[in-house]
Amino acid sequence: MEIEKFYYDNKTVKWFAYAVMFWGIVGMLAGLWAAVSMYYPALNLGIPATTFGRMRPVHTNAVIFAFVGNGIFMGVYYSLQRLCKTRMFSDKLSKIHFWGWQLIIVAGAITLWAGKTTGKEYAELEWPLDIAIAFVWIIFGINMFGTIIRRRESHIYVAIWFYIATWVTVAMLHIVNSVELPVSMWKSYSWYAGVQDALVQWWYGHNAVAFFLTTPYLGLMYYFLPKAANRPIYSYRLSIIHFWALIFIYIWAGPHHLLYTALPDWAQSLGVVFSIMLIAPSWGGMLNGLFTLRGAWDKVKEEPVLKFLVVAITCYGMATLEGPLLSLKSVNTISHFTDWTIAHVHIGALGWNGFLTFGVLYWLIPRMWNTTLYSKKLAGTHFWIGTIGIVLYAIPLYWAGFTQSMMWKSFTEEGQLRFQFLETVTHIIPMYVTRSIGGGLYLIGAVLMVYNLRKTILQGNFIADEAAEAAPLPKTIPTHGKTYWHRWIERRPMQMLVFSLIAVAIGGMIELIPTFLVKSNIPTITSVKPYTPLELHGRDIYIREGCYLCHSQMVRPFRDEVARYGEYSKAGEFVYDHPFQWGSKRTGPDLARVGGKYPDSWHFNHMLDPTSMSPGSIMPSYVWLLDTELDTSRTGNMIRAMRRLGVPYPDGYGADQAGKDLAAQEATIGAALKADKIQTGRNKEIVALIAYLQRLGKDIKEAPKEQTAMQK
Amino acid sequence: MSAIILLLIASLSVAAVFLGAFIWSVKHHQFDDGYSPPRRMLFDDHPSEDIPDHSNNKKAVHGN
Repeated sequence: MEIEKFYYDNKTVKWFAYAVMFWGIVGMLAGLWAAVSMYYPALNLGIPATTFGRMRPVHTNAVIFAFVGNGIFMGVYYSLQRLCKTRMFSDKLSKIHFWGWQLIIVAGAITLWAGKTTGKEYAELEWPLDIAIAFVWIIFGINMFGTIIRRRESHIYVAIWFYIATWVTVAMLHIVNSVELPVSMWKSYSWYAGVQDALVQWWYGHNAVAFFLTTPYLGLMYYFLPKAANRPIYSYRLSIIHFWALIFIYIWAGPHHLLYTALPDWAQSLGVVFSIMLIAPSWGGMLNGLFTLRGAWDKVKEEPVLKFLVVAITCYGMATLEGPLLSLKSVNTISHFTDWTIAHVHIGALGWNGFLTFGVLYWLIPRMWNTTLYSKKLAGTHFWIGTIGIVLYAIPLYWAGFTQSMMWKSFTEEGQLRFQFLETVTHIIPMYVTRSIGGGLYLIGAVLMVYNLRKTILQGNFIADEAAEAAPLPKTIPTHGKTYWHRWIERRPMQMLVFSLIAVAIGGMIELIPTFLVKSNIPTITSVKPYTPLELHGRDIYIREGCYLCHSQMVRPFRDEVARYGEYSKAGEFVYDHPFQWGSKRTGPDLARVGGKYPDSWHFNHMLDPTSMSPGSIMPSYVWLLDTELDTSRTGNMIRAMRRLGVPYPDGYGADQAGKDLAAQEATIGAALKADKIQTGRNKEIVALIAYLQRLGKDIKEAPKEQTAMQK
Repeated sequence: MSAIILLLIASLSVAAVFLGAFIWSVKHHQFDDGYSPPRRMLFDDHPSEDIPDHSNNKKAVHGN
């Protein structure tokens, strides 16, 4: 058989590697900024862009989509070529993929800092960027499937299966969760409302963890671990079982993010059951990785790459055991809305994703530059600083989460809540400080790595096109003459797979759109009315400033929550919430029933200086809301968009009437403020925000008993 | 709960794609051999002139 000579494209891998390092540092810096803001809110410098509510999405998007995203592409572009024994399908597509992704990241950071957000966690980017992501993802898919089709190796190694699953599922998740109605260039409303939006969001959110942070990195593990240890994976059969079991089970676990919320019970139970089942494939995969090193642990002592991989895989194991345990309703009662969740995700993010990325970088760069690592010792230092960083990050937050939850649930003998909310916050501030030290150490480690790799690059020579040789794909049917035709048949299944995916996506869309239009059968509470135009503006401000990142709007049916916040939340209360704003963390108290709890002037002073109303509060000042003009030119469009989404404003309710209603409500709040000796100019954003906050949770108080009694 | 129906359709479509991929892979002998693929991936396919070839003396000419 004729041996073919060809070249691997290292250039694209190099660019992705540079992007990983750059965005890694940027993302971690943003994280550190957010972490320090939690005990030193003045760090926002009085600027909206650097306030926690905007820095936090910048941090999460940067580390997930920029750091890990580029990490995925770096690893896939390197390993896929070698596993398929062919160059990437198209250099041009590789280039479009790389630059397209970086452009999205830059545009994403700018828009998030500017407060352009959908208000849905990990899917904050606005609609033009959602379309751009879909476009670049398809480019990546064509490039990847093209490479697989043109492979010279008939066997599709297990790593590639993980890459395929990643591509298919992320495409589906992104499309379904991003269905939104644009109002303007940088503003849209989620197509779904309330409970439905929550369910779609966490179906997406959970599977983003599963199929963006986990499956592609498992693929990388199955390639780079055997390569670095120079021994085959412990059990190839186990890896195949790992793959199929994992992808079949993962997709159903999303509802465990909504335990004890207004989501129907059966959906919650389904999520719990599948989450527990996930332990088996996850641990199968972890053990498969660790057992690969049996008899090679002496190498782990020597080789920094292996050290990083071992800790990464161990963290994968810890996080995938903890995740199912957190999905148990009894454990979730304690952990949800606390820092426990943050600790949990950072075991995954810092340990699994971060350390695996570092390991791959330390392995790849010397090879692509045809040299050895500049300093193994420095890499060892990075390893230890990073590991200590993870420990110092996670343990204080576990402690903080558990302590705070216990404090929330604590009652005096007389049956009163033992602690004010604020007391439970100030109590855990030392833990926040320690956490930021841990995060800082981790960042220092990453900087050491960049220095080490820079030195490595300087001493080596980059091999842009790496020569390789392999026989063409063997033909299963002996051929006589008409090779081309037979080869086409033989490779057709892959093409079939690509086309069937496209077909499924289109079919899915066609089926979905009518489904959206079906009227939801969430129990109606007649007293729940659409937001007024001013409240709608206030809600947009609430979303823009990222209030949902520290305040939940979901009172769970527990004694302490009902005592602290009021009546537990009902599904019917959220039917006009596009998007839902239940939140996932209570750094501050729940706001579901804050309406009417304080006078307007309290909110005004609280936004100006939170500590004036709540001494010791760690909430930053939102002083700019007092001066910024409300953009009332948008009112008509907002109402029109809401009507299209099915919010029942009266017929003929347009910009004119909405403008009058807005002015009238503004005047009422202005008068209330004036009565408390507060002067505010006309048309200020603060008034809209007060209007929204004062509305929260109020409608249900006028509801007929039979509509709210036995509902969840 | 129309969103549940939507998510079921989406999830089942993905599951169906994977089931199809699974059946395809079994039919195409992807999983017949659990021994050689994990070992074969360990070898890099460097061009033959890079590998010292002791059986053929002609190659020694272009040494360093």
